Amino acid sequence: MFKQKSLILIPALTFAFVFGSAEDVHAMHIMEGYLPLQYSAIWSVVCIPFLAAGIFSIKKIVEQNRKTLLILVMVGAYAFVLSALKIPSVTGSSSHPTGTGLGAILFGPLAMCVIGIIVLLFQAILLAHGGLTTLGANTFSMAVAGPFVAYGVYLVCKKINLPGSAGIFLAASIGDLFTYIVTAFQLALAHPSVTGGFSESFAAFLGIFAVTQVPLAIIEGLLTVVVIKGLEAYAKPELAELSYFEGGVLR
Amino acid sequence: MTTRKIVLILLALIVIIAAVPLLLIQNSEFGGADGAAEEAIASINPDYEPWAESLIEPPGGETESLLFCIQAGLGAGVLGFGFGYLVARKKYNKSA
Repeated sequence: MFKQKSLILIPALTFAFVFGSAEDVHAMHIMEGYLPLQYSAIWSVVCIPFLAAGIFSIKKIVEQNRKTLLILVMVGAYAFVLSALKIPSVTGSSSHPTGTGLGAILFGPLAMCVIGIIVLLFQAILLAHGGLTTLGANTFSMAVAGPFVAYGVYLVCKKINLPGSAGIFLAASIGDLFTYIVTAFQLALAHPSVTGGFSESFAAFLGIFAVTQVPLAIIEGLLTVVVIKGLEAYAKPELAELSYFEGGVLR
Repeated sequence: MTTRKIVLILLALIVIIAAVPLLLIQNSEFGGADGAAEEAIASINPDYEPWAESLIEPPGGETESLLFCIQAGLGAGVLGFGFGYLVARKKYNKSA
């Protein structure tokens, strides 16, 4: 477990010190109006099948695994709390974790598409954070890409028999970090640099979004382990129903 | 090590990771003015005009922090209710 953590921590720290003097930037969801119309449309369309599958996934949970409903609500609440917490980072700016890894581990990534979009809608409509025109792109990064990567990492860790907590830590933190890598990718795609094209923009946006996110991703990983430990202690019947202990995930 | 100890250590680590940037970087406001991210786009793509604006924008930092507090508070309330329910169930119902 120690080895796995240092595998993440060492590059994270190096990054942090290299970019420690980066400029002050508000690094979170893509701002309202900052994606050209065609990109807004494309990302929205890409999200639709995931959202539809997510609704079916939640419907199935409600119908067949009613007992786990409380856990599903708690998983949603967890994403709600975490995406409200803007935490200072080593780049001198703040960002917030996504909180979607926990749900992806327990319920699979599809259910998180629905939960993620609820959080994003709340922030876009009430908080002027993110936006309705960028909802599709933000949904793809936070509610599709992040959860799918978290889920994938979790399955791989299970397969190579890492200790449970290490797998959860890696899944939640890599999923969190990947969300913001996708955000940087989406912005670079829409705003390629005049001189260096897509790759120069991508590097610039990665410096803003991904580097800021590194310590927060570690925080999300640790916190997700804490919550899972709590659930393991007090919600055994529900986790058993999600076939958590067999290593599988409800689909 | 007991689970309780591991959890306490992890929580302490979380606080440390969040606090270290505050101590290390002195001349930053951590987040700065809203719209600082837009500056990155403005420098890459100076001709770009944002074509939409938020429907409702909080009038100031205080209202915005109120809304973020409500978001965190609602989520924390539900999480706390859930864990409270689960802990009490285990305590009063040994078979669960």
